[in-house]
Amino acid sequence: MDRSLLSGNEAVARGAYEAGARFGAGYPGTPSTEILEEFSRYPGVYAEWSPNEKVALEVGIGAALAGARVLVTMKHVGVNVAADPLFTVSYTGTNGALVIVTADDPSLHSSQNEQDNRHYARSAKIPMLEPSDSAEAKAFVKAAFEISERFDTPVFLRMTTRVSHSKSVVTLNEPVPPPEAEVKAPDPRKYVMVPAMARLRRLEVERRMGELRAFSETFPENRMEINDTDVGIITAGMPYNYTKDVFPDYSYLKLGMVYPLPAGLIREFARRVKKLYVVEELDPFLEEQIRALGIEVTGKELFPFTNEFDPGIIALALTGRDAETIAPPAVAIPPRPPNLCPGCPHRGLFYVLGRMKVFVTGDIGCYTLSFMKPLSGLHSCICMGASIGMAHGMSKAAGEKGRGKVVGVIGDSTFVHSGITPLLDMAYNKGEAVIVICDNRTTAMTGMQEHPATGFTLQGEKTKELDLAALARTLGIDSVRTIDPYDIKNTREVLREELARPGSSVVISRRACVLFKRRPREVLKPLRVDVNKCTGCRNCLALGCPPISWRSFQDLPPEEVVRNTKKQDGNAYIDPELCTGCTLCRQVCKAGAIVEVD
Amino acid sequence: MAERKKKNSGQELQQPVRGILMAGVGGQGILRASDILSHAFMASGLDVKKSEVHGMAQRGGCVTSHVRYGAKVYSPIDRRGNVDILLAFERLEALRYLDYLKRDAKVVINDLALNPPAVNLGEMAYPKDILSFFTATFPEVKIVKAFELARQAGNARAENTVLLGTLSRWLDIEIPVWERVIKEAFPPQAAEVNLRAFHLGREA
Repeated sequence: MDRSLLSGNEAVARGAYEAGARFGAGYPGTPSTEILEEFSRYPGVYAEWSPNEKVALEVGIGAALAGARVLVTMKHVGVNVAADPLFTVSYTGTNGALVIVTADDPSLHSSQNEQDNRHYARSAKIPMLEPSDSAEAKAFVKAAFEISERFDTPVFLRMTTRVSHSKSVVTLNEPVPPPEAEVKAPDPRKYVMVPAMARLRRLEVERRMGELRAFSETFPENRMEINDTDVGIITAGMPYNYTKDVFPDYSYLKLGMVYPLPAGLIREFARRVKKLYVVEELDPFLEEQIRALGIEVTGKELFPFTNEFDPGIIALALTGRDAETIAPPAVAIPPRPPNLCPGCPHRGLFYVLGRMKVFVTGDIGCYTLSFMKPLSGLHSCICMGASIGMAHGMSKAAGEKGRGKVVGVIGDSTFVHSGITPLLDMAYNKGEAVIVICDNRTTAMTGMQEHPATGFTLQGEKTKELDLAALARTLGIDSVRTIDPYDIKNTREVLREELARPGSSVVISRRACVLFKRRPREVLKPLRVDVNKCTGCRNCLALGCPPISWRSFQDLPPEEVVRNTKKQDGNAYIDPELCTGCTLCRQVCKAGAIVEVD
Repeated sequence: MAERKKKNSGQELQQPVRGILMAGVGGQGILRASDILSHAFMASGLDVKKSEVHGMAQRGGCVTSHVRYGAKVYSPIDRRGNVDILLAFERLEALRYLDYLKRDAKVVINDLALNPPAVNLGEMAYPKDILSFFTATFPEVKIVKAFELARQAGNARAENTVLLGTLSRWLDIEIPVWERVIKEAFPPQAAEVNLRAFHLGREA
């Protein structure tokens, strides 16, 4: 069969397709996003972006009850949103097959926390598999579908950023045909979880866990590699590769199933090696369970609790010797954090907000980056949707003193995900905060995914387009206005008016993401600085726009220095290759020094 | 540092795992370049793994990609002090990942400076003398004006393929394999430009 170089995420999609899954639902979130995008392109597949992870899981439960094999994908914090149906679908079972992918993010590459979702498997009593590379990702998702159907249980597939976003060689196989789904005859004792029935299903869950524990002893992906028996390593997922890279000759118990654990296999492995280590990122999840078996093991006293590992971290922990590296020259290396793109529509809005005396509760999206200097236009970020409830709570608690002082900002996709109920709360409970929906017409941060307000589905079909302004009015918001964030003066005026107004306000700051290709964007001429007019006031630099830089006169050849004011010590420069011509800098330049490139 | 024990299969001894680190700035085409490189290793019959962190790739932040190849590769990322070849798409980014390099690492640096925000704002200086530090520190350093060569090839955005061409001089991958994987990575017209860019980089 064909060999292909696939990312872990592409391999999960391929594995689900090969396993006969034709139904998928999820919400985008790094590092999980590409799984559903890729899955949606296979023939015969129905896949949808749901408004949030809770809805995606509920859609998946319904499809599985009809007998389908279903893939539901989300990032680690998405499981928090989906936790309500999760804990009870464990009781009802799935009828068909239901595989839930949780993509964890050790090192918080693109997340607000570093939670270890293996705990969800234990607390919801759901088995969990964890692959270490793309070939295993494809094999394990197929195993997950088999386990789900055989034991009538949802199954977790735990990915981490490093497995999701690494590519390695995968052998492709032919897909098996999907099962036929149908609307089943009702079975209230299994699916109506009122207390009397749920108590019975509760017993069933414990019986199933017993069966799964027995299964884990013979599951071939829990495998021993006996080599040098002086040292034995129990590990799973990507840390297996890191450890194997530096210590290929130790003995390994590699766990493909991280919950429930195979107690017999672990005891046998412990007997066969002299010194036993557990190598796992984040929490001592395996370690504590192995200790509870009465087995002596070394783990977190040597290995860090935080961040993802790499082969060097393993080597340092097990040998105490750090890598030999080359001494750097004695210079400060300027950091290069991610930044809002040139021409980003968020920039104008946050330039204005950063200059008002308001607390801006923020949310999850590209615009979160505007907390940084020089914009400094956002002051909190907790989770998807939190901005609105927080703004309402803050404004209520501060009472009269808080009037006109609190703004909540939230992206269009994030608003649809979990901003609607808090906005309803604010209207219902007579809140007075100003909520800005940063509507860039797409889910930009994760790479331009569709959502209910874009008018398109994941599979590219035109559909109903949610009218955000009409929704806000229907929820009971007193004042709803729309602005173009490329217009700084109007943005400032509208925000001032809404902050001064009694009652609740929603301002929709609407302009498509500058990278969004579906919406044709007028091509604007790049701008340049006229050095004969620039006074060196640095107003334009306060936009934090990547093409604009400061040229100190000290660093310029004398013939290029043009001084327009006495104290001027440099001037601004705009890189014409990067400038998109959005004109924000021209609007903030008091000297009229920013003009179109000829 | 823990030495890699040499008791493995004969095959693994024949083709030990080697690591290439690509480093640059979001938007420079690093992920595409490391994809092409990985396909070239795969097409040459080797095991290969590559890894990078997505998500911020278009927002001007640092982007790195590890490519590791050999008879059997476990880790897709390298440890500090162990990278065999650095392919830096920008001068400052070469310096940022210095601690990943072996003492005798080979280095390709694109002769390009992209100012980070703190430099744009005039708060920090862009370090001087990066190129001379590398040429004084490492035995084999190639400095390439990839932007000019890419423009010469027909598209300034083909910088990444120019740099792959320069890197190719140090790798045991046959030219027809390179040409095939480059053709497969682009639509026909862009493929022609990128093949020219590759060869200009290889001659640089």
